[in-house]
Amino acid sequence: MDKTNTYNYTVVRQFALMTVVWGIVGMLVGVVIAAQLRWPELNFNIPWLTYGRLRPLHTNAVIFAFGGSALFASSYYVVQRTCHARLFAGGLAAFTFWGWQAVIVLAAVTLPLGYTTGKEYAELEWPIDILITLVWVAYAVVFFGTIAKRRTPHIYVANWFFGAFILTIALLHLVNSAEVPVTFWKSYSAYAGVQDAMVQWWYGHNAVGFFLTAGFLGMMYYFIPKQAGRPVYSYRLSVVHFWALIFTYMWAGPHHLHYTALPDWAQSIGMVFSLILLAPSWGGMINGMMTLSGAWHKLRQDPILKFLIVSLSFYGMSTFEGPMMSIKTVNALSHYTDWTIGHVHSGALGWVGLVTMGSIYYLIPRLFGRTEMHSVPLINTHFWMATIGIVLYIASMWIAGVMQGLMWRAVSDDGTLTYTFVEGVKATYPFYTIRLLGGLLYLSGMLVMAYNVWKTVAGRQAVNATIPAVAPAHA
Amino acid sequence: MDINTLRSVITVVSFAIFIAIVLWAYSGRSKAAFDQAARLPFDEEDEAIEYGERK
Repeated sequence: MDKTNTYNYTVVRQFALMTVVWGIVGMLVGVVIAAQLRWPELNFNIPWLTYGRLRPLHTNAVIFAFGGSALFASSYYVVQRTCHARLFAGGLAAFTFWGWQAVIVLAAVTLPLGYTTGKEYAELEWPIDILITLVWVAYAVVFFGTIAKRRTPHIYVANWFFGAFILTIALLHLVNSAEVPVTFWKSYSAYAGVQDAMVQWWYGHNAVGFFLTAGFLGMMYYFIPKQAGRPVYSYRLSVVHFWALIFTYMWAGPHHLHYTALPDWAQSIGMVFSLILLAPSWGGMINGMMTLSGAWHKLRQDPILKFLIVSLSFYGMSTFEGPMMSIKTVNALSHYTDWTIGHVHSGALGWVGLVTMGSIYYLIPRLFGRTEMHSVPLINTHFWMATIGIVLYIASMWIAGVMQGLMWRAVSDDGTLTYTFVEGVKATYPFYTIRLLGGLLYLSGMLVMAYNVWKTVAGRQAVNATIPAVAPAHA
Repeated sequence: MDINTLRSVITVVSFAIFIAIVLWAYSGRSKAAFDQAARLPFDEEDEAIEYGERK
């Protein structure tokens, strides 16, 4: 095959297909632990099936395996097509695929065995951290190398978001994973006490801000205009959106540590920057949605657009809810309750999940020489299963969370606590059942997607689109 | 210089840079370049058209 005039779709195909596979795996583990909260005996007294070990497996699988694969696939695709250039260093790109899959498999083995650093979303032990670093450096070389050899005059805004995501994750990973190895599978953090907590949540919240937000905004800025068939509503707003996110996200982390040993002023800074974040978040949401202005009818007929636009509604909802929860007095009620779980899943299932699914439905046929998915009605079925699943999930967790917060703070006339902790747990059971149903529905939607993807690609030849022969006329 | 003075200066400078970016983005000068950049995803044939024959 001539490699000089075609795009490198091989690595995009690999990551796109693995997005579906890891999505099912990660969400299945989520459903299992949701069931364990309702029926604790479901761990069968086997240590590696216990909640404490499966929960980090769930979060790592959905964030880094499912979300990560989707980010690799879409960034490699978008950067090539908007730069009119084949991916830089194809060998390194292949290494990022196999290296990232190795990280995921190692996580799936070590986490159930109980090997963990104990840092949320950064549980993997130091040998895996080193492999992540190598893969990430290769990713940066491939991505920025492609931008450097671009044949277009501008760097499209989606690539700015992908680039910020890649650079920031490198920085976060290096700083937060600084650790002292003791044995091959055990290390201790380089930081201690409240500094360790602050570094951890500087990392944790920016993983949300740059992995789960900036990267997926890159997807949003390419796939919504493409699927809607019109350029983004306001390019200048997208520029301001980008820089506003960059300047503010970094400082929001302390809101995870309200009312802890962290100095009060640091908590307040975290709260203020979280509130400021509402502006760029909603600016981005409005920009994406208004791209459809004048073409709203497309939303009725096109299930892929439904995925993309509804994902933005969930983005708007969770980026409104987040700043509200970062206000100290609200946080006093919400922290440590299931409200936080509801908030996270409104962002994860609603925003990250739906925008990924829409983008993958756009990509898959184009990577296999087809014009659309095997079944468009099945995309619509998936959309409704996912949406109803999310609503069941977040509504039940909101109610459960507020209820828990109120029960925990209730004080009787004589000054003692009105409820024991276990009474709160008992009252939560019905909501755990509803949440499990929502999660099951969302997972089933992924199975519908897997079937549709299988029917679309089975027996089809992988096709690599051609790079335009000449640079655009106005270049 | 006290390290905290430096920290304050960086915060203020960052804010000034951000305001400058907003003014630049909304000034008329960048309009043509932005319009061109916004068209980038549409500057080449969609694969769906390229593959049209194979369906």
